[in-house]
Amino acid sequence: MEKTQNNKAWFLVLPVLVIVAFSAVIPLMTVVNYSVNDTFGNNQFFWAGLEWFEEMVTSNRLHEALGRQILFSAIILAIEVPLGIYIALNMPKSGFWASVCLVLMALPLLIPFNVVGTIWQIFGRVDIGLLGHYLAELGIDYNYTNDPLDAWITVIVMDVWHWTSLVALLCYAGLQSIPNAYYQAARVDQASRWAVFRYIELPKMAGVLLIAVLLRFMDSFMIYTEPFVVTGGGPGNSTTFLSIDLVKMAVGQFDLGPAAAFSIMYFLVILLVSWVFYTVMTNLDKEEGK
Amino acid sequence: MAQITLKNLAHSYHANPRGEQDFALKEMDHVWQDGGAYALLGSSGCGKTTLLNIISGLLKPSQGRVLFGDRDVTEAETAERNIAQVFQFPVVYDTMTVRDNLAFPLRNRGKDAAYIKARVSQIAAMIGMEAMLDRKARGLTADAKQKISLGRGMVREDVNAILFDEPLTVIDPHMKWELRTQLKQLHREFGHTMIYVTHDQTEALTFADKVVVMYDGRVVQMGTPEELFETPAHTFVGYFIGSPGMNLLDAEISGGAARVNGAVVPLAGSYGPVAGRTQIGIRPEYCLLTEGGGLPIAIRRVEDVGRHRIIRGEVAGTPVNVIAPEGMPVGATMTHVRFAPERINVYADDWRIAPTGTRGAA
Repeated sequence: MEKTQNNKAWFLVLPVLVIVAFSAVIPLMTVVNYSVNDTFGNNQFFWAGLEWFEEMVTSNRLHEALGRQILFSAIILAIEVPLGIYIALNMPKSGFWASVCLVLMALPLLIPFNVVGTIWQIFGRVDIGLLGHYLAELGIDYNYTNDPLDAWITVIVMDVWHWTSLVALLCYAGLQSIPNAYYQAARVDQASRWAVFRYIELPKMAGVLLIAVLLRFMDSFMIYTEPFVVTGGGPGNSTTFLSIDLVKMAVGQFDLGPAAAFSIMYFLVILLVSWVFYTVMTNLDKEEGK
Repeated sequence: MAQITLKNLAHSYHANPRGEQDFALKEMDHVWQDGGAYALLGSSGCGKTTLLNIISGLLKPSQGRVLFGDRDVTEAETAERNIAQVFQFPVVYDTMTVRDNLAFPLRNRGKDAAYIKARVSQIAAMIGMEAMLDRKARGLTADAKQKISLGRGMVREDVNAILFDEPLTVIDPHMKWELRTQLKQLHREFGHTMIYVTHDQTEALTFADKVVVMYDGRVVQMGTPEELFETPAHTFVGYFIGSPGMNLLDAEISGGAARVNGAVVPLAGSYGPVAGRTQIGIRPEYCLLTEGGGLPIAIRRVEDVGRHRIIRGEVAGTPVNVIAPEGMPVGATMTHVRFAPERINVYADDWRIAPTGTRGAA
């Protein structure tokens, strides 16, 4: 068949190109521009080459923040994923209580991030906070403004409170899609509770679970608002995660060049990890289609 | 292996059933012989699967007892009852290989490895999947998966019964026939009690020694294929079995004759006084078109199905089908239909009544 050539068709793509340019490409290029220049304001730029990148790669400050960030994300995933699965397995499958559970589970997800931070900031305060006050009454030495460990515990518990629901709801959706015949067959085959989980529930949840892990990894790796509101990155630098450090550098110290280089590397790390997840997921799908 | 007894069994999905209409399974008493091949036949929603799930223990009946041999298993868990069940849609463990799928029920019961290995290869040969044993079950076609399900159902030798819940729905026609033959052979070889749920009469009649016909939550007849064909105990059996089903005509019965719309139809037996709505039932195979003699019939349509022709007509406003063998002429002069007297069954309120004596004796 003869193909018609009509270059006017390109105009149809134009609106998308414009939107993408303004929403993603131009802002990102601005950051790239900052990362290879030095500036003292007034739109005066001096070429710096890869200097900022070199500085950031060898910076102790960044290494420490990255270490804290990885530790934080690892702890979050290690708690929220098993806990979410456990909750999903124990939620009622249907009826009035299923709806009640779903609403209760969805509630923390609906609260704005800075409000979550504020809630926990007040909740944990030793002088007026419900939690802080009663822990002190019990004779437990808890103070998230002084003690790095207490600060970490507070931030982690807060994140678990805020986000475990997401994992639980996704897993719950996965579990609901399993036909009853599978459970009946397992009873006929005398499968143990563990075998039912391992061979029926887990494989059926695998897809949504990967999405849950991906979302929780990305979100926790980029976390900013909640720990910033609760601890402000302190005490010292103990809860200064990558985003908080980045903002300190860019807005607090006005070191735009290093901050831009930092941003780009940060972006690439997240992109890399997401790509790995994406590849794993699509490979699983392929295996299914074989 | 054991004889299965159902005592006063009934089931309702309502928590507080108010009347008979709330029961998915009406009260029944039945004995299923040890080693029998049964087919549970009925249209959708008649309670076949409910009955099956009660026997396997997946469902607790609202009332009555289930006995395996002398043992009351009503409260026993599915695993304790030691039965195998194959479901309508394939259930396989996706992440396991075909081999592990087949071995799973044996491993769960702690059989030793050598026995499992031998048994799995035996079953794999039976379902024709030896070449795929080391593949993951994920991604196999639906009929391959269903064959695995069947294999898993048959892998244990010591089961009390094997229950099949319309297992061949997803399998293509050729394979269907082959698998059914294999099931039958397996039954002959090992003598397991087998209960096979289906809504396909051909499947039921070819598989089973005894066919159990269910209608509206009731077992209406339990008999050999021949009994179901010759003497249906309920008009539903007459209608459901056979192609086309039995002809039913409203009639008045008195002694050795029935009156249909004023015309007399002779019967082989004689009947006492009959109460309720009375009907005579005659299979299309036993009807004969004549040029006079019998009941007047208005022919609407003739369907040639190859082996024979089906004549669709009306007698006194009621549809009547006649099967005419190949070669028999069907012409405009054929205005009457005659019924073979010894093939006529008499029904009162849908249930067959037996003659009180033969006509000669009456």
